[in-house]
Amino acid sequence: GRRPSNPPWYSPVDGNYCLTCGSDKTLKLWNPLRGTLLRTYSGHGYEVLDAAGSFDNSSLCSGGGDKAVVLWDVASGQVVRKFRGHAGKVNTVQFNEEATVILSGSIDSTIRCWDCRSRKPEPVQTLDEARDGISSVKVSDHEVLAGSVDGRVRRYDLRMGQLFSDYVGSPITCICFSRDGQCTLVSSLDSTLRLLDKDTGELLGEYTGHKNKEYKLDCCLSERDTHVVSCSEDGKVFFWDLVEGALALALPVGPGVVQSLTYHPTEPCLLTAMGGSIQCWREETYEAEGAPG
Amino acid sequence: MGLAWSRWKKMRKLRHREVKMTRIAELVKGERPKKPIPLQDQTVRDEKGRYKRFHGAFSGGFSAGYFNTVGSKEGWTPSSFVSSRQNRADKSVLGPEDFMDEEDLSEFGIAPKSIVTTDDFASKTKDRIREKARQLAAATAPIPGATLLDDLITPAKLSVGFELLRKMGWKEGQGIGPRVKRRPRRQKPDPGVKIYGCALPPGGSEGSEDEDDDYLPENVTFAPKDVTPVDFTPKDNVHGLAYKGLDPHQALFGTSGEHFNLFSGGPEETGDLLGDIGVNKGRKLGISGQAFGVGALEEEDDDIYATETLSKYDTVLKDEEPGDGLYGWTAPRQYKSQKESEKDLCYVGKILDGFSLASKPLSSKKIYPPPELPRDYRPVHYFRPVVAATSENSHLLQVLSESAGKPTNDPGTRSRHQLNACKRGELLGETPIQGAPTSVLEFLSQKDKERLKEVKQATDLKAAQLRARSLAQSASGSRPQPLSPDVGHCSWHMALSGGMASTRTSNFKPFAKDPEKQKRYEEFLANMKRGQKDALERCLDPGMTEWERGRERDEFARAALLYASSHSTLSSRFTHAQEEDDSEQVEVPRDQENDVSDKQSAVKMKMFGKLTRDTFEWHPDKLLCKRFNVPDPYPDSTLVGLPRVKRDKYSVFSFLTIPETASSPVTQASSEKVAQHRASDKSRKPSRWDTSKEEKKEDSISEFLSLARSKVGPAKPEPSPLVNKEEARATESVSNKVVNKDVDSQTEGEGSRPSMDLFKAIFASSSDEKSSSSEDEQGDSEDDQEGTREADFKSSQETDLVEASSVAQASEPAPQEPAPFFPIQKMQIDEREAFGPRLPPVFCPNARQKLEAPLKEKHKKNKEKHKTKKEHRRKKEKKKKHRKHKHKGKQKNKKSEKSSSSESTDSSDSQSEEGPTDLSPQELLRRLKRLPLRRQ
Repeated sequence: GRRPSNPPWYSPVDGNYCLTCGSDKTLKLWNPLRGTLLRTYSGHGYEVLDAAGSFDNSSLCSGGGDKAVVLWDVASGQVVRKFRGHAGKVNTVQFNEEATVILSGSIDSTIRCWDCRSRKPEPVQTLDEARDGISSVKVSDHEVLAGSVDGRVRRYDLRMGQLFSDYVGSPITCICFSRDGQCTLVSSLDSTLRLLDKDTGELLGEYTGHKNKEYKLDCCLSERDTHVVSCSEDGKVFFWDLVEGALALALPVGPGVVQSLTYHPTEPCLLTAMGGSIQCWREETYEAEGAPG
Repeated sequence: MGLAWSRWKKMRKLRHREVKMTRIAELVKGERPKKPIPLQDQTVRDEKGRYKRFHGAFSGGFSAGYFNTVGSKEGWTPSSFVSSRQNRADKSVLGPEDFMDEEDLSEFGIAPKSIVTTDDFASKTKDRIREKARQLAAATAPIPGATLLDDLITPAKLSVGFELLRKMGWKEGQGIGPRVKRRPRRQKPDPGVKIYGCALPPGGSEGSEDEDDDYLPENVTFAPKDVTPVDFTPKDNVHGLAYKGLDPHQALFGTSGEHFNLFSGGPEETGDLLGDIGVNKGRKLGISGQAFGVGALEEEDDDIYATETLSKYDTVLKDEEPGDGLYGWTAPRQYKSQKESEKDLCYVGKILDGFSLASKPLSSKKIYPPPELPRDYRPVHYFRPVVAATSENSHLLQVLSESAGKPTNDPGTRSRHQLNACKRGELLGETPIQGAPTSVLEFLSQKDKERLKEVKQATDLKAAQLRARSLAQSASGSRPQPLSPDVGHCSWHMALSGGMASTRTSNFKPFAKDPEKQKRYEEFLANMKRGQKDALERCLDPGMTEWERGRERDEFARAALLYASSHSTLSSRFTHAQEEDDSEQVEVPRDQENDVSDKQSAVKMKMFGKLTRDTFEWHPDKLLCKRFNVPDPYPDSTLVGLPRVKRDKYSVFSFLTIPETASSPVTQASSEKVAQHRASDKSRKPSRWDTSKEEKKEDSISEFLSLARSKVGPAKPEPSPLVNKEEARATESVSNKVVNKDVDSQTEGEGSRPSMDLFKAIFASSSDEKSSSSEDEQGDSEDDQEGTREADFKSSQETDLVEASSVAQASEPAPQEPAPFFPIQKMQIDEREAFGPRLPPVFCPNARQKLEAPLKEKHKKNKEKHKTKKEHRRKKEKKKKHRKHKHKGKQKNKKSEKSSSSESTDSSDSQSEEGPTDLSPQELLRRLKRLPLRRQ
């Protein structure tokens, strides 16, 4: 799938910042509540496809069409390191829990683990088990979860020293851990989201109704793991009840494709990206501070 | 009209000015014009010296127009049209300058354009000293005359000192101090300096008018002479003391024939320079000299072609230094100046209160003479010759070391120069370089080494004897030639035996072009090895001429030496390629994700979990574990990623299957031979041939497994003993697959194979008509095997035995004979253990678990069921084809995989899915029942 622009990313700690990136080769740091642009980070040669922040909000990483993974300093806006080695576009980047390693998944079907501490230009390790491009990577304290276009979800367990490969079949667009760390949510190009048990790989739930045939769309779980949220190509955001699997809400966002979304880490607050704009959604009781354009 | 008028005005103005100018010029010249210049001689030029023509005011006036005018037909220069987009912004704003004449724009015109020092900043003091210093600086500056900045920027105000002095009655140009009676003599100008052209006003402070007056009244006092400040410029170059280099002044404007003195004298000469500089600078600064020729405006052209001769330069360091014999170094001027300075020390002026003159001069520092050199000292270092320690020259070495004052080396403490890199490394406790044997000697067995040692000792003894003899001979003088052949022979023999006596001729063939010669060379080496000193003579061809022999002797000796010396050193420099190009094995992951078709069906049935999951051993990098704060799960392993094993490279033959029918009586006989052959030569590298053999066996397994599958119940194989956890897992996954699969998978195995026609086209074996008609799998594979053998026949030349058998086999149609197959199988299994699994990737985990015992049983059963299976297959044939298409359609949906890997997975799948199963027959039956349902 291809990604148009501006996938938002929430600061995982407090949700006070939001990071967007896009085809203008820059990263932008926003205050999502006020809609103010805090900083622009430019240095990429091509469109920026994904960005993530460290646990302490001190550094950012991003990857894009220029095959490079860039480590940024948040405060100064300078490029700290530029990791080159991928043979193709970098689809997804993630910090590990302590922001000592950047994991980047690329269209060249590898995940590369870049060491932020040393000055080594080569990756610490290259996970090249996938047979097709990596679309999504998530990292927990001791696991690396990777979804690939070859239709498999691979979970590298560093503690056990094992690789679990779950076959889903359809090209995988997005994966994420549940917040309790017990499940993995997998969205694939057959317009289906699946909730898999992390340890056994069994199917816990299936969520359909949205449309995802073409684009690399995001999915996530709500702040308390009560709902499954996914983008859709028909301009809506779909909410399912996690346990029952029933469609809870189809939130119309706009006319185009909802490309990306992120849930606030602690509050019921959702960011969606469509076209060139980011929208911030909250519950009705919340006094609105406006949805920035 | 207005235009014409202004033009006329302009013309008038011009004319007036020009006329005025000529007048003034004449006045300046000082000649009073006797006659008014006739009109025709009154010329007008513009500032560039070009003539200007006048026309009558009423006959066209000033000839504005095309020719000598403002530049255009209209008589003015139109502002040029600029149409580029960039320049659109800057509009041409006309200032007053645009309407003014050029003359008015000059330096002192109405609107001066160049930067001129204003009165505020103009220096009020005509400070000659400063000027002089400036000139000096200008002369010594890298670019002569580059003191423009100093010229421009001068202090606006005089310093306080100046002000004070002035108030005390000091005038510029005077010296400071009490006034003196007699005015000091003027310094005579240096006679050596020629004065050219306009010289600067003389440097003295006095007015030039009074110079001639000798009359001096008694009561007149004079101000003391001004003192030029000493130039204390710090030495910031790397020249020697007082070395100035070539004065750019001299080089550029230097007078011809003068001697260039690189070492100018002490301070007094600097004073000279100060005095002279103005005079030398008489000429205008600028680039001149031989290379530039003489300009038309230059007056002097006397020495255009003066040649630069070396005689102008010092070729010898000055030796007219008075007295001291220190050649080539500029003596400190102390000696000379000390006496004077003592005089000078007497201070003439008033001594301040509280101070008194020193009664004794400061004691000068004592100067110690440099240490005296020994008489026989030679300032050249002499290197002692390095002599390698051999038995021959040990005496010499000893002598040398004694002469050097060193004690004789005992072997324990060798000097570091005699150690080579390896030994130094050993001393330092480094681990020796692995992999690359540094010497061929390491290839030898212990026994051989001992033998070599003995031989060496023997030769040493002999050599010593020989040497003694030859020495005696040469001493007696009976044989005047310097080196007898014996001695020569001996020397290289020594070298050989010392360095490396055992040359392995197999990989070094210097005379490969000439087999006979090579043979002789090898013989020579062999003799050498045995320690025969006449090895060379013996191996030479007696039929050759003396000269040829001599040459060959030289060649052999040199070749042997060359090999001995270079091989060991070179081999330590290079390491083996990680993956040899011609090796038949590659590294592939041990476990691979199996084919997805069964998983697809599982996904369709939403049976996630065991069916869709593959689990592998995976080794994270140590550093990654560290960064993740996770203990390394495999602390002992150096592996990273998935475990890998060596497999055969993918080739066509890897994917061919050979049925057990291929083993004919002939093969059996031959294979037994092969087995013996192998037993005798275990270390031999396995050839392609082995691969095909293994495939044969592999196929027998698959055959058996398919049989087992077709007949579910009784054919349940025994669960093989599990080697370790991973393999258990692998089996599990395999069994999963088998559960999930059915006859369908069999077709897939076939589908991955290239079509029959391809093989036929390649190997063109025609004798199989039954197989071609029925497309029986057996026929196929037999055919394939033939192909394999033929190809092998061409490729491998070593296994003659095997080949012979294979050819025989190919010529005869092979009746089925299962019994004799087993020895081969056993042997192969052994070999597999020795060399590791060598089959296409996915097969391996299964293959490893297989032991001989179950195989045998399976095999027998296999034979029995064979016929029934055949029929069964034929029935299925149609179905298969049908499903093949279906399968392809499915495959399209999948994302493209690497061709090789997909191929391998597919082909291997056909084998691995048939692996030993531990499922219950009930389970299998259940699957079978379900299958037709799915198909609908």
